Amino acid sequence: MTYILRQPEIVATRFGEHLLLTFVSLAIALAIAFPLGVLVARRPRAGAVTLAGLNVIYTIPSLALLAILIEVFGLGAPTAIVALVAYAQMILVRNIAEGLRGVSPAALDAADGLGFTPLRRLLQIEIPLALPAIVGGIRIATVALIGIATIAAWIDAGGLGALVFDGLHQDNPDKIVAGSLAAVVLALAADGTFRLVEKRLTR
Amino acid sequence: MGGNIELRGVGVTYAGGAVAVRDVDLTIAGGEFAVFLGPSGSGKSTLLRTINRLIEPTTGTVFIDGVDVRTLDPVVLRRGIGYVIQAVGLFPHFTIGANVGVVPALLGWDRARIARRVDELLDLVQLDPATYRDRYPRQLSGGEQQRVGVARALAAEPRVLLMDEPFGAVDAIVRASLQDEIRRIHRELRTTIVFVTHDVDEALRLADRVVVIAAGAVAQADTPARLVAAPASDIVRSLVGIDAESRRLADARPLLERDVR
Repeated sequence: MTYILRQPEIVATRFGEHLLLTFVSLAIALAIAFPLGVLVARRPRAGAVTLAGLNVIYTIPSLALLAILIEVFGLGAPTAIVALVAYAQMILVRNIAEGLRGVSPAALDAADGLGFTPLRRLLQIEIPLALPAIVGGIRIATVALIGIATIAAWIDAGGLGALVFDGLHQDNPDKIVAGSLAAVVLALAADGTFRLVEKRLTR
Repeated sequence: MGGNIELRGVGVTYAGGAVAVRDVDLTIAGGEFAVFLGPSGSGKSTLLRTINRLIEPTTGTVFIDGVDVRTLDPVVLRRGIGYVIQAVGLFPHFTIGANVGVVPALLGWDRARIARRVDELLDLVQLDPATYRDRYPRQLSGGEQQRVGVARALAAEPRVLLMDEPFGAVDAIVRASLQDEIRRIHRELRTTIVFVTHDVDEALRLADRVVVIAAGAVAQADTPARLVAAPASDIVRSLVGIDAESRRLADARPLLERDVR
C-alpha cells in the first residue's frame, strides 16, 4: 500500500497507460466486431465458422499469443493492442449477434413493411434494441481486457502490469500489490459503470 | 384517388417446393375494403405480402394503379403502402408520436409537419394526442397499441392499407370496437384496404368484398351477402355457414351502414 502513497505519479502514469491500452483496444475491437456480429446474426452458416475461428483465438493462452505476435510486430504497445483486439472479438461478436437475433420479429416485420432501408433498420431499430446485450458484451470484454493488459507489460507495452513485473524483479512486494490493486480497482470501476449503463438501457 | 390493385396469375412457391399461392387473378378496386378470408396456412397472408413485395411472387405480376410493382424500388413502394400486423410491432424505444411519425420521417418531412400529422392521426384513431404522444408502447394496452399501429400505417396517406390479422390478438370487446373504428376510418379516407383474417364474423362484418382463399387459391370473391346466400363451393359453404349469427350480421350490416350515413 505504501508504494501508492510514496509514488503516486508513477502509479498514475501506469494507470493511464493501462486505461489507454484497454480502451484503444476496445474501440478497435468494436469497429471490427460490429460488422462481424451482423454477419453472424444474419448468416448462420458463415456465422458459425466465424465464431469457431474467434473461439480458437480466444483459447490461445495470452502469453503464447503475445509471444507469437512479437515475431510479427516486435515489442511494444501496438503488439499488445493487436492481442487485446483479438481476444475481445469472441466476446463482442457473440454478444452483438445474440443481441441482434433477440430483436422482436414483429418490430423487424413492421420496419420492413413500412419501408425502412436495411441500413436504417439496422441503425435505428436493430442496434438500439440490441444495445443492452451489446453493452453487456462490452462490459465483459473490458474487464477481460483490463486483466489481460497487465500481462502486456511483459512485451514492454507499459500499463499496471509493469509495476507488477518490476516488483517481481526488484523483489518489492509493495510494488506488486500497488499494480494489482490498481488493476482490480480499474476492473471493478469499468464493470460497475457498464452495469449501470445496461440497467438504464433495459429499465 | 388510386389504390387499384391487380393480381395477375400470382403464384408463390417456397424454396423447399411448397406451393403457398397458386395462380391468383384478382382485382381490388381503388377504395374497396377487401377481406382475404381463409384458414391458417391457406396462403392468404402470403398473398397479401406480395402486394408490398415482402414476398416476391414466383409467377405472375402485381400491379398497383397499373404499375408493375417489380419496377419500383421496394423501399419506395412500401412507404406508399400502409402495413399493420397482428403482433403490432411498435418500436419499443420510440415514443407513440415517433412511432406514428416514422414513415413521414423516412420520407423526409419537416418536424412541424410530422408533429401536426401525428396529432391528426392520434385523433383519427381516438387517442388523445396530448395524453399519448410522449408515452412509450409498453405503457399502452393491446387495443391502444393496435390503434397506434393503424395510425402509423396511415401516416403518409397511403393509397393502400394492408392489414394482416390486425385484431387477432385482442379480446372480443376490444376487437369489436377496433372493427368499428376501421370501418369508420375507411369511410372517411376511402383508402383501399386489404385485410386478412381467419374469422368469418370479422370478414362478413368489415368487407365490401370477401375473398375466400383455400389451399392457395381464390375459392370465391363476393359481397358478404352473396357469399352467405350463394356459396360457390362446399369449401366456402363449410367456412361461411358455420354459424347463423354471422349470417344475421351480414344481413344487418347494410341497414346499419345506411343509418350511419
